[in-house]
Amino acid sequence: MDSLLPLEDRGGPAQPLLLATGLRKHFPVAGGLLGRSRKVVRAVDDLSLSVAKGETLGVVGESGCGKSTVARLLIRLIKPDRGTMVLDGDPVDEPHGITVNELRRQVQMVFQDSYASLNPRLTIAETLAFAPKAHGLPAAEARARVRDLLDKVGLDPANYAERYPHELSGGQRQRVNIARALALRPRLVILDEAVSALDKSVEAQVLNMLVDLKTELGLTYIFISHDLNVVQYLSDRVLVMYLGKIVELGSVEAIYGNPQHPYTRALLSARPSMDPRRRTKEAPIQGDPPNPIDPPSGCRFRTRCPFAEDVCTRVEPPLADIGTQAVACHMRVVGSGHSKAATP
Amino acid sequence: MSELLQVRDLHVKFVTPDRTVNAVNGVSFDVKRGETLGILGESGSGKSVTLRSILRLHPEHRTRWGGSIKLEGDEVLTMGKSALSDLRGQRVAMIFQEPATAFDPVFTIGHQIAETVRRHTGKGEADSWSRARELLEMVRIPSPAQRLKAYPHEMSGGMRQRAMIALALSCNPALLLADEPTTALDATVQIQVLLLIRELQREFNVGVIFVTHDIGVAVEVSDRIGVMYAGKIVELAPVEQMVDAPRHPYSRGLLASTVHDGMRGQRLEAIPGAPPDLAEVPTGCSFAPRCKFVQPNCIVRPPDLREMGGSHLVRCVLADVQEAGVAA
Ligand SMILES: Nc1ncnc2c1ncn2[C@@H]1O[C@H](COP(=O)(O)OP(=O)(O)OP(=O)(O)O)[C@@H](O)[C@H]1O
Ligand SMILES: Nc1ncnc2c1ncn2[C@@H]1O[C@H](COP(=O)(O)OP(=O)(O)OP(=O)(O)O)[C@@H](O)[C@H]1O
Ligand code: SF4
Ligand code: SF4
Ligand SMILES: [Mg+2]
Ligand SMILES: [Mg+2]
Repeated sequence: MDSLLPLEDRGGPAQPLLLATGLRKHFPVAGGLLGRSRKVVRAVDDLSLSVAKGETLGVVGESGCGKSTVARLLIRLIKPDRGTMVLDGDPVDEPHGITVNELRRQVQMVFQDSYASLNPRLTIAETLAFAPKAHGLPAAEARARVRDLLDKVGLDPANYAERYPHELSGGQRQRVNIARALALRPRLVILDEAVSALDKSVEAQVLNMLVDLKTELGLTYIFISHDLNVVQYLSDRVLVMYLGKIVELGSVEAIYGNPQHPYTRALLSARPSMDPRRRTKEAPIQGDPPNPIDPPSGCRFRTRCPFAEDVCTRVEPPLADIGTQAVACHMRVVGSGHSKAATP
Repeated sequence: MSELLQVRDLHVKFVTPDRTVNAVNGVSFDVKRGETLGILGESGSGKSVTLRSILRLHPEHRTRWGGSIKLEGDEVLTMGKSALSDLRGQRVAMIFQEPATAFDPVFTIGHQIAETVRRHTGKGEADSWSRARELLEMVRIPSPAQRLKAYPHEMSGGMRQRAMIALALSCNPALLLADEPTTALDATVQIQVLLLIRELQREFNVGVIFVTHDIGVAVEVSDRIGVMYAGKIVELAPVEQMVDAPRHPYSRGLLASTVHDGMRGQRLEAIPGAPPDLAEVPTGCSFAPRCKFVQPNCIVRPPDLREMGGSHLVRCVLADVQEAGVAA
């Protein structure tokens, strides 16, 4: 038994592990006359989400839609302009809540770039022992933990503990990054494109390992990826983002089986076919995603949406609960004025 | 369809004082006019090195070549300077993952495409510009006349990728080399560009070699697929046969470990281990350390590429046995 114990579940199984409300992050952009431009990138705009205990929440969306910014806000690598967070009942960074440091013990993150995330001058053992020691774990216990962590991610401690990052393959480095994220016994692990740089055969190894670790350690995951197939494979619920906003949120069955938002549908049917007899005949939508600096008014998807109407330009669609999932589209808002919407 | 490119037993080795990389270890394939050969493989398997060899783009002083590459009968590996520049500028064009490398940031897109057209056709200024506009239209860049005046950085990623395709086609090449041209694009843009490449290939009747690590992408564009592992093509087959009945243990493993629709809840069939170090010349089958069917004669000498009927080639000692269904 060591002194950095796994954390107890506090509020009971039904209380969300993490609740974020109204998160907003706008980045100022340089440029403009005399550098006095007031333009901002609206990376994340009034986004709310909850993560249930023990689930895997998948996050998908195209490059620049704000997935990584959400992740960095959730572990407070960056401070939100607005919005609040509650971790298992405790408000974060508020007088009666928990500190950002405590949050970062319970919520850990794994990034895509396995090499840049590791210090090249430290051995794997030193890297893995770093955080536990900083949290006061005695040296002998830290050594035992390093061996245990390497075992858990499928790297033989006798063979790998004393190696340096450049002596490992990409897949092995990513295993080390996952081990490091587990070193403080977190409850929530945010995986931001954590398998995206790996080759398929190695990706499969790491995905199997993530499934095993989740069961063994009772973890909760937020799994961010642009690979829709991998998100479908791992997730219980899926959140679809477009230009800093949630466009659809629901169970993996609802999102993949019965997508409601035109963007979700386009994204899913843009997946290359695996069957040479049924190749894609037509691209589901044309054009590129617009610049997040000046997102379109109203519905941000309207410039590429085949169903856009006048109301879509004027009014931003709310994220409406339709039972099986939540959708931000005027076609699904009763009385919105869209010709395909139900009238009250 | 006539034989356009013939690659025979290609070897490419990089030699530096401190290390040797056996990047390509005996690759053979043909490409016909109007056909797309997909080359599928994991990182470091030698896809880009193979592709760049066709333009002889490797540093001359530390690259050791073997074998032969013939474009319409002309040997590329021994070609003289002027023939080589003709090859690079006119007969073979290349598109990459990062379009920034194809364009000069200080000139407009229109200037660069018109300049290439002028060089290759001897057309005058006005005609070259109108051809450039046509090309932008052909790759579906909206308001092409305006876009001619744009600088590369003023375009989105998808738009730059289309402009690079326009630039590549501006010299009317016989062969188009595509090195992961859609990998960095968003899903909804990637499919547009894949369909565009497929369509232009028919229209221009070019041969295409399309390198990718994504099976879905290879299936969308290829007539035949070659699977590369450790600098060799281990299997080469028409796309339907490759997807329906892959024969080589590595191709099978690659297909089985690729997550797709309907695999939820199943344990993935991962291939154990990692690809070999390319410092050593392989003495046996390079896949042997990871292969669950390995047997003593696999490590004696590298297996040959064997014809399995229907232009299906497999480099594995078990190919015949598998045909009989024993190891399946
Ligand atoms: N520190 C920053 N300063 C300025 N802009 C930023 C900063 N970080 C992110 N952005 C911008 O915010 C937007 C969202 O970026 P983010 O990295 O969250 O996207 P993403 O969905 O993770 O994309 P990807 O799939 O490419 O990883 C982008 O337009 C990005 O350029
Ligand atoms: N100019 C060079 N000098 C030395 N080694 C090289 C050179 N170019 C490539 N290599 C090595 O040759 C091997 C094959 O590389 P190549 O770029 O063909 O792989 P690839 O299949 O295209 O991989 P990826 O999917 O990562 O692009 C690698 O080990 C690479 O490091
Ligand atoms: S709100 Fe309008 S523009 Fe937006 S997705 Fe729905 S129909 Fe399309
Ligand atoms: S030759 Fe032997 S080791 Fe190589 S793939 Fe075939 S069975 Fe496996
Ligand atoms: Mg990101
Ligand atoms: Mg490459």
